[in-house]
Amino acid sequence: MDSLMSLWAWLGENLIALQILIKIVIIVAPLMLCVAYFTYAERKLIGYMQIRIGPNRVGPKGWLQPIADAVKLMFKEIIIPSGANKTLFLIAPMLTLGPALAAWAVFPFGDGLVLSDINAGLLYLIALTSVGVYGVIISGWASNSKYSFLGAMRSAAQIVSYEIAMGFALVGVLVAAGSLNLGEIVNAQKGDGGLFNWFWLPLLPLFLIYFISGVAETNRAPFDVAEGESEIVAGFHVEYSGMPFAVFFLGEYANMILISALTTLLFLGGWLSPFAGWPVLGPLFDWVPGMVWLFLKTAFVGFFFLWLRATFPRYRYDQIMRLGWKVFIPITIVWIMAVGLAVVYEMPWWFD
Amino acid sequence: MTFELFTFYLFAAILVFAATMVITRKNPVHSALFLVLAFFTSAAIWLLAEAEFLAIVLVLVYVGAVMVLFLFVVMMLDIDVATMRAGFVRNLPLAILIAVAMVVEIFLVIGSGSFSLENFASPPALPADYNNTRSLGSVLYTEYMYPFEVAAVILLVAIIAAIGLTMRKRPTTKYQDPGKQVRVRKGEDRVSVLKMDAED
Repeated sequence: MDSLMSLWAWLGENLIALQILIKIVIIVAPLMLCVAYFTYAERKLIGYMQIRIGPNRVGPKGWLQPIADAVKLMFKEIIIPSGANKTLFLIAPMLTLGPALAAWAVFPFGDGLVLSDINAGLLYLIALTSVGVYGVIISGWASNSKYSFLGAMRSAAQIVSYEIAMGFALVGVLVAAGSLNLGEIVNAQKGDGGLFNWFWLPLLPLFLIYFISGVAETNRAPFDVAEGESEIVAGFHVEYSGMPFAVFFLGEYANMILISALTTLLFLGGWLSPFAGWPVLGPLFDWVPGMVWLFLKTAFVGFFFLWLRATFPRYRYDQIMRLGWKVFIPITIVWIMAVGLAVVYEMPWWFD
Repeated sequence: MTFELFTFYLFAAILVFAATMVITRKNPVHSALFLVLAFFTSAAIWLLAEAEFLAIVLVLVYVGAVMVLFLFVVMMLDIDVATMRAGFVRNLPLAILIAVAMVVEIFLVIGSGSFSLENFASPPALPADYNNTRSLGSVLYTEYMYPFEVAAVILLVAIIAAIGLTMRKRPTTKYQDPGKQVRVRKGEDRVSVLKMDAED
């Protein structure tokens, strides 16, 4: 163990690029596994919600189903439509997956446990999540198909609209925390009240708006008009097959996990224990590592994504736009002012 | 050559390449996408200049919002390249004249020595914990408060004007009132049961 640590220190001094590369692999490899099993969890959970069993044939209790799906997609033929723009057609899936993975660079998994501890972490995240829309737009245009194009147009308008509400919700968080650094935002939620000290309570409207906008940004049900299988077949990725389709799929689920993890970090106290400072439960759960709490909370938020999909019918397009522009944006602006006043006058419990 | 200098030249080369492609590609969608690349690389160069707030905001605003809408419009339009290039040769002399004039102007300003290293020494490298966002915010909301507010009001006027231009109400257009839609009741508003005698 000691020799390993000294090797790690030596790498940091001499081959820092290699050390960073190893760190990236340590983050991305488990993430990919999480994505694979998130799809399994989705199929199982929605199965139970609809009183059926879900995948149960491949491996014990169907546990190898995501692996089998991945292998199948990898060996399928990649079909490029005749009128398609080949380069853009193949770049588009990468543009969906790339930002979803790059965002994890500033994500803290514990106090100081982060790949790149930058000051403007929150801004970096907003910028990267806004870049993700290009994958959808370019795929829709490059496929040379009407369905793809319609899906891309719907998605572009939807994502640009909900980004504003999402950005305003994040402004509320940064006003409350007084920092753009994600680690400091989590530490600002520390307190004796445990889970009542987290930002979800003083920023409740922003919390809900951030999560709902996150669902809309990832094009998930009930906001999945970009795919809308009953209207435009499969939307922007109707022409994709094999590995490019798998990359789109990975990107969508990686984005869902990212939004869940960010909701956890910004509103649900990140790696903090929900019972911190409580009389009996607090010391009882002291031994649980922060990363376990982070994982459990992320899974809890991720569950809502699946629950929403199993519960709600798809929104009508004009109602999506109305919700984004006429309901969410005014609420966020009002609540930012309320948070600003609370911070200036040092409202007790959270901001004193 | 240090690594920093190498990254600068790399990004500068990509930026110049992307900018050239913007004006030389025939397909307007390709041009717009190269413009996205140009914005992205200039953001990277700004990051090298220790202006991380401006760099990220450039990506957020121009790449994430403005160019998306731009692409939206360019993709929807069916642009006929032939008619677009129709006056190319006829207008070429004028275009060259303007371009040369602009290059000379830029050269006169930059090459005059007013911006040379003697007059503008390169700023010292800032420490690692320097917060660009905080320092920008603290000048913007104290020293430059009034210009900033005035700019904000002008932008607000522009927004209201733009919305006002699109608010032409035609009598034939049908609108939905979500308030009324929510209040509608099945019994009295939607279904009316009529009693009538059977006809033969």
